[in-house]
Amino acid sequence: MTSDTPAGRRFRVFNRRRSAPSRMRRRLGAAARMLAALALAGGVYTAFAPGAFAEDTPQLSASAQEGKALFDNSCISCHGRNAEGVEGRGPSLIGVGAASVEFQVGTGRMPMTRQEAQAEQKPPQFDKAQTKQMGQYIQELGGGPEIPSGDLTMSLEENPEALAAGGELFRINCTSCHGFGGGGGALSSGKYAPSLHDATTEEIYAAMLTGPQNMPVFGDNQLTPEQKREIITYVKMQLQEDKDPGGLFNLGRYGPVTEGVAIFIVGITILVFAALWIAGKS
Amino acid sequence: MKRRKFDLAAVPGKTAKGLDERLQVATPLRGLLNKVFPDHWSFLLGEIALFSFIVLLLSGVFLTLFFDPSMKEIAYDGAYPALRGTEMSTAYASSLDLSFEVRGGLFMRQMHHWAALLFMASMIVHMARVFFTGAFRKPREANWIIGIALFLLGFLAGFTGYSLPDDGLSGTGLRIASAIMLSIPVVGTWVSASIFGGEFPGELIIGRFYIAHVLLIPGGLLALISVHLGLVFKQKHTQWPGPGRTNSNVVGERMFPRYALKQGGFFMAVFGVISLMAGLFQINPIWLFGPYRASEVSSASQPDWYVMFMDGLVRLMPAWEITLPIGEGYVIPPLFWPAVVGLGALFTVPMMYPFIEARRMKDNKSHHLLQRPRDAPERTGVGAMAFTFFVIATISGGNDVIADKFHISLNAMTWGGRIGLVILPPLAYWLAVRICLGLQQHDREVLAHGVETGIIKRAPDGRFYEVHQPLGPVDDHGHPLPLDYAGWVVPKKMNRLGALAPAVKGFFFPVEKPAEAPVSPGMPPVTAREEREEITSGR
Repeated sequence: MTSDTPAGRRFRVFNRRRSAPSRMRRRLGAAARMLAALALAGGVYTAFAPGAFAEDTPQLSASAQEGKALFDNSCISCHGRNAEGVEGRGPSLIGVGAASVEFQVGTGRMPMTRQEAQAEQKPPQFDKAQTKQMGQYIQELGGGPEIPSGDLTMSLEENPEALAAGGELFRINCTSCHGFGGGGGALSSGKYAPSLHDATTEEIYAAMLTGPQNMPVFGDNQLTPEQKREIITYVKMQLQEDKDPGGLFNLGRYGPVTEGVAIFIVGITILVFAALWIAGKS
Repeated sequence: MKRRKFDLAAVPGKTAKGLDERLQVATPLRGLLNKVFPDHWSFLLGEIALFSFIVLLLSGVFLTLFFDPSMKEIAYDGAYPALRGTEMSTAYASSLDLSFEVRGGLFMRQMHHWAALLFMASMIVHMARVFFTGAFRKPREANWIIGIALFLLGFLAGFTGYSLPDDGLSGTGLRIASAIMLSIPVVGTWVSASIFGGEFPGELIIGRFYIAHVLLIPGGLLALISVHLGLVFKQKHTQWPGPGRTNSNVVGERMFPRYALKQGGFFMAVFGVISLMAGLFQINPIWLFGPYRASEVSSASQPDWYVMFMDGLVRLMPAWEITLPIGEGYVIPPLFWPAVVGLGALFTVPMMYPFIEARRMKDNKSHHLLQRPRDAPERTGVGAMAFTFFVIATISGGNDVIADKFHISLNAMTWGGRIGLVILPPLAYWLAVRICLGLQQHDREVLAHGVETGIIKRAPDGRFYEVHQPLGPVDDHGHPLPLDYAGWVVPKKMNRLGALAPAVKGFFFPVEKPAEAPVSPGMPPVTAREEREEITSGR
């Protein structure tokens, strides 16, 4: 901190001193430089970053906020905060869409009872309004497929071919798991395709659109919305409302297995008793 | 001219006399109508098969009037809206018309199908009766073999009939049949190509199966059934041992009128049950399967129950492929073992069984008296083993439906079937043999010591005895003399000895004369109650 010349002394402020500055000065200087750098970086960032216009939490609609509250109560333990998913417990729900939520929650499959091969249908835990709110939340969170509004079946007066076309599509795409009668069928290792006998039009549409559990996704480029409606028409009008022309009991439409059971339990049993009766009359 | 008085009562006699004068039928007919048949409910099981075969012929003729066995592709334009406009074979379209447009057609179709299932089911039940009672023994081995051939023919008739409507399920079954043919080494491709007239499915198979189903196989069935029944007439029916029944007589009812009337009634019962099922239970809803397309296979595609054991064996077979180093490698697919070798063995080994047993037992005598299953424990054990095997294979044939409906993993069902097929039949053998021996022992006990009365007697020294009612004479100490086992039911309850007066006529069993139940001859029925207290303990 020593200087030889007055001039040097005068410009001392601007010139670097030969000797090391005092500890206090060093600290003050560092702080000032730090502040300046921070102000600069912050300023540039503020000026250029798009984040300046984003809010730190998305602005949810009122119903989505209700949905978020429900989600945070019932779904968060497996699907994680902000539906990001939890490793080994539940997948991320970003992008699954409201259709998926409405199917899984609306049929009682979610919340799941336990981790197993496949979530089973059970009485739903949430009512329709709550399900819609949760769907809305997931939709606003990450987007994804939605169930279209309006009638999901086709009117047979306007489209008489819809039933046959739907049947054809059903046999090509659906029977390999759900069976020709829509009664459901087994998949590997405890997985299964459920029965379609009490599925609603929305559920069938949502299932095709989102591929819940072990079902493949039938996106709109695989089955057009038109074709989906045809399939739903077939399931609704033919499989669910068909009055089984062959008799009072359709044996579940499971094919030869139940037919074989019936011939022994009904046919052979009655006739063996008839034989006992006839032979006993001597 | 005096008009002769018309005597209605004399008409049958005069007609018969006239017939006999011209044809000389009285003597042979008398022998036939007086032929005696032993009566037991289990002898009627084979009749169920015979009567359902008659129903099959009648309903089948009706179906042929409307069915068109052609594989020409047409666009359906019938009464069923959900298939209208769909491309399909004429065979399938005519099956749909038969179901929806022909009056009573669906009912007849269902009747035909239920009668087919009943035909096969009653054959199995009848076969079990014949097996477990030893009715197949000399001199009836030929009829046993014919019976198995009848099952095989019924199997083929069922499979061809299942294929005829050309719906999705039929086609899937045909595809499997073609795969089984292809799996046969060396000749497989030729067999398949000659049956299908080229590549599967071709355009010939329905026409070929049709002629097999309506002419060749029923002809064979009819011929074999005639021989089967003719042999029963010639060799006479077997009977249970019992009072007055020996190996050289037949005790029963005359064919006419009682036996014939009973049979007529039973035919009506079978006809009625089939009609009832055809009206109440929907079977084979072909309109849901759609026309056959190779790309469409429904889950739960099964054959009818009598083919299911084969499907089950195929499902249980591990994927062991044998590659022989011939040429570029010759492959024997795993399908070959259960479907071709297994099926062949399952039909030929039972055919040989009467000879195997006769050889093992060194038994060359003719047998006309049946054996109770307990008296031939080894045979009963073998039967239980075969039955268990068949049941496990059949259940495995439907394991996907069972897995789904009972919430079991399909993989677990398959492994359960694999392990069960190896472990359970021997277990069933052991269990059946032990049960038979236990029952035999109990019979011998009752014969030696008498029937348990349930009366406990206290001796002056304080000991307790249960009073036994001897079935035969007693010695000086009141102990029963041992009786020989006669091969028939040993009464084991006091009521069977007439301790209780019969109250009502039984619905299933006659209880009018219980005192005549097969009691041993030496001893009169139970005496009055006061005296019974004086009987000393059997032990």
